[in-house]
Amino acid sequence: MEHVAGNFPFVASALLIGIAFYIILFKRNLIKLIMGIALMSSGVNLFIVALGYRTGGNAPIYTDVPEGPMVLSVPQALTLTSIVINVAVLALMLTMVIHTYRHTGDIDSEKSRKLKG
Amino acid sequence: MLSKIVRTVANQLILFILVFGLYVIAHGHLTPGGGFQGGAVVVSGVVTLLVAFSSHDLKKSLRERVLTIMESTGALIFAILGFAGLGTVFFYNFLVGSPIFGRIPPTGSNPGDFWTGGFIPLMNFAVGLKVIAGLSAVILAIALFARGEEMEE
Amino acid sequence: MDFLVTHAPILIVALPLVAAFVIPLISIGWAGDRGRNIFSLAIFAFIAFLVAILVQNVHAVGIRVYTFGATAPELALPHGYMVPVRIIFEVDGMSIFMGLVITTVALASLIYSLHFMKGQTGQARFYALMMLLYAGMMGLAFTGDMFNMFVFLEIASIAGAALAAYRTNMADAIEGGFKYIVISAVSALLVLFAIGILYAQYNVLSIAAIAHYMQYTTLDMIALALLAIAFVMKLAGVPLHMWAPDTYTVAPAGTTPMILAASYTSMYALYRVTFTLYGGHINTTAIGWVVIIVGVLSMFIGVMMAVHQTDIKRMMAYHAISQGGYMLLGVGVGLAVISDPVALASYGRDAMNGGVFHIINHVFYKALLFMTAEAIFFRIGTRDTNKMGGLARNMKWTAAFYVIGALAISGIPPFNGFASKLLIYESVLRFNPILSVIAMFVSLVTLASFAKVFYSAFTGPEMPAYREVREVPKSMIIGMSILAVCIIFFGLFPGLVVDNIVAPATNALINHTAYVNAVMGAVP
Repeated sequence: MEHVAGNFPFVASALLIGIAFYIILFKRNLIKLIMGIALMSSGVNLFIVALGYRTGGNAPIYTDVPEGPMVLSVPQALTLTSIVINVAVLALMLTMVIHTYRHTGDIDSEKSRKLKG
Repeated sequence: MLSKIVRTVANQLILFILVFGLYVIAHGHLTPGGGFQGGAVVVSGVVTLLVAFSSHDLKKSLRERVLTIMESTGALIFAILGFAGLGTVFFYNFLVGSPIFGRIPPTGSNPGDFWTGGFIPLMNFAVGLKVIAGLSAVILAIALFARGEEMEE
Repeated sequence: MDFLVTHAPILIVALPLVAAFVIPLISIGWAGDRGRNIFSLAIFAFIAFLVAILVQNVHAVGIRVYTFGATAPELALPHGYMVPVRIIFEVDGMSIFMGLVITTVALASLIYSLHFMKGQTGQARFYALMMLLYAGMMGLAFTGDMFNMFVFLEIASIAGAALAAYRTNMADAIEGGFKYIVISAVSALLVLFAIGILYAQYNVLSIAAIAHYMQYTTLDMIALALLAIAFVMKLAGVPLHMWAPDTYTVAPAGTTPMILAASYTSMYALYRVTFTLYGGHINTTAIGWVVIIVGVLSMFIGVMMAVHQTDIKRMMAYHAISQGGYMLLGVGVGLAVISDPVALASYGRDAMNGGVFHIINHVFYKALLFMTAEAIFFRIGTRDTNKMGGLARNMKWTAAFYVIGALAISGIPPFNGFASKLLIYESVLRFNPILSVIAMFVSLVTLASFAKVFYSAFTGPEMPAYREVREVPKSMIIGMSILAVCIIFFGLFPGLVVDNIVAPATNALINHTAYVNAVMGAVP
C-alpha cells in the first residue's frame, strides 16, 4: 500500500495516458479527439514533473527558501515548454475543426470525410 | 453582452489583472513566473472582457495590424538579444557585470534582488509581449470565426 | 569569413526564425508583396551559402560542436564539469547530409511558390510558415540534445500542418492538415515520454552524454520502443502510414516537397537514436530486422495501393511511402550486420550507402514529380487522371520534367534512381536474396504505374477543353529545373556524390564513439 501511495503520481499519469489513447483511437466526434490529445498531454506533463520530486524537498527557488533539499528544476522547465507547445497545437486543431464544421456541417469523423482510398 | 453589473466589474477588474500579470512577467527570475505565465494571466483578463462584452464590440479595440506588429516586435527583441552576444557565442549572457541587470546574487537563500539575471528579465518582457499579442489574436479570431465574422484590419 | 564558419550552425537555424517574424512586418509596412518576395529569396540565398560552407567545413575538420551561452563555441564541457549542462548543436556527416537535402529542396520550392501564390490571400503567413518549417527541420538535423529534438519536431509539425491546410476553401485540405497535426501531436508526446524516462535514469539530456552513461536497462528498452514507434509514425512507415496520402495530396504546390523532407528528417532522427544514442548496447540484429520488415512492408503496400489510384498526387504520395521503404531496407541491412566486421566491409557499408544515397535521390525526384502534378493542377484545375489527356502538346516543359522524374523513380539509367537502387539490390542480395527480389518487383510495378499515368495524361488526342492551356510561368519552370539538373548530375556522376557526400554520412552513423567523444572528451 505504501508502494502505491508513494508512486501515486505515476499511476495517475499512466491512467490518464491510457484513457487518452482509448479516446483517440475509438471516439468519432472530432471535439472528443481534441480533448483526448489534451488529456494525453496532461498525462505526460504530470509524469515529467513527478519524476523530479525528492521527499521533503522545497520548491527550486532561491528567494527565501528554507533549509533542506530541493526538487529537480529541469523537469519543471521541460514541462513548461511542453505546455506552451501543446497550447499552440490545440489552437490549430480547434481552428481546423471549426473549418470542417463550416464545410460539411458535421463534426463526426465518419461523416465529414472526403478523402478515401 | 452580459448584464450591466458584469460589465462594470469587468471594467474595473481588468486593471488589477493587468498589473498582476506584469508583476509575474517582470519577476520571472526571482519567483515562479516569467514570460509565458504572465502573458497567460493578462490574456485571461482579455478573455474576461471578451465574455463580458461581446466579441463584436471588442474587435474594434483589438485590430489585427496592431497585434501582428506587437507580436513580431516581441519575437525580434528576443532574437536581437540572442544575437547581441554573437561576439562570443549565441545567447551569451553579455549583461552579467554591467549596471543594468548585471549584479551577481549571493549563493544560497537570499531575499531576491531584482537587478540580477543578465538579459533574462529582458527576454521575459519580450516573450510576455509576444504571448499577450499572440494569444489575444488567437482567442479573438476563434471567437469571431465561430460567429462568421473576421478580425478588423 | 572565419566568423561565418564558426557560427554557421546557429546562423542556419536562427536566421530563418528571425526572417519568419520580419516577413509579416514587411508585408504590413512599406514594401508590400514585391519587397517580401525579394527579402525571402535574399535571406534564403544567404542561408544556402552558409550551408555550403558548413558542408565543406564539416568534411574537412570533423564533427562541429556549438554550445549556447558558453565562453567559446566548442566548450561543451568546461574545466571540472562531468556532464554538458548547456544546449549543444552537434553537426556530423549525417546531419550535414540532411541539411544539404533540405536546403536544396527548400530553395527549389521557394522559387516555385513565387508565382504559384499570386492571387492567394494571407501570403505573408505562407512565407513565414515556410521559413518556420525550414528552421524546424534544420534544427532537428543539427541538434545534439534530446529535448531540443522534441521542440524542433513540434515546430516542424505545426508549421507543416498549417501549410498543408492552407487552402481553407477546399474541405479536403482541412482534413489532410487535421490528420497530420493529430499524428504529429501523438508522436511528439510519445517522444516526450521517452525523454522523461531517459532523464529520470541518467539526469542528462544531451545525446552524447546519455550515450556515454547508458546501461541498457528495461526502462531504456521501453524508451527505445516508444521513440521507434513515434518516429515510424512521423515518417509514414507501414503500418502507421494512413495520414500520408491525404496530407501529401492536399498541400499546395511548394509545400509538399517540404513536408516530404520533414518526414525524412524524422527518419534521420530514427537513425540518430538507433545508431548513436543506443549504439553498442542494443541487439543490432533484432532491431535491424525490425527496420527491414517495416521497409519491405512499406515498399510492397505502398506500390500496391498506388497502382489503382486515379488522383495523380495521391498516386505519387503512395509511391513516396513505397520509396521510403527502400531507404529503411538499405540502412536496416547495414544495422543488422554492423557488429560483424567481415559482413560490414563486404556488403553492409554498401547497403547503408545505398540507403542514405536514396534519401537525397528520392527527395529530388519526388519533389520534381509533385511539382509537375501541381503545375497541371494550376493550369487545368483538376487532379483526376481520367479527365486529362493530350497535355504534352501545350505543356512541353512539364511533360519533359515528368518523364525525367518517372524514369528516375523507376531506376532507369542514367538517372540517379538507378545508382542508389543498384547499390541496394547488390548488397541486399548478398544478405538475403528474397528481399532483393521483392525490391526489384516493386521497382517494376512503379515503372508500370508511372507509364500508365503518362499515357493517359500527356499523350493521346487533344481534348477540346484544354486547347488553350499554356505552359506554366517562368518561376515554376526554374524551380523544377534546379531539381532536374541535380537529378541528371547525380545520375551521371554517382561515384563522385557517394565518395564526397554519402560516405561521410555512413561513416558518421557507423562510428558512434566519435560522436560521443566530440562532446565528452576525456571523461572516463
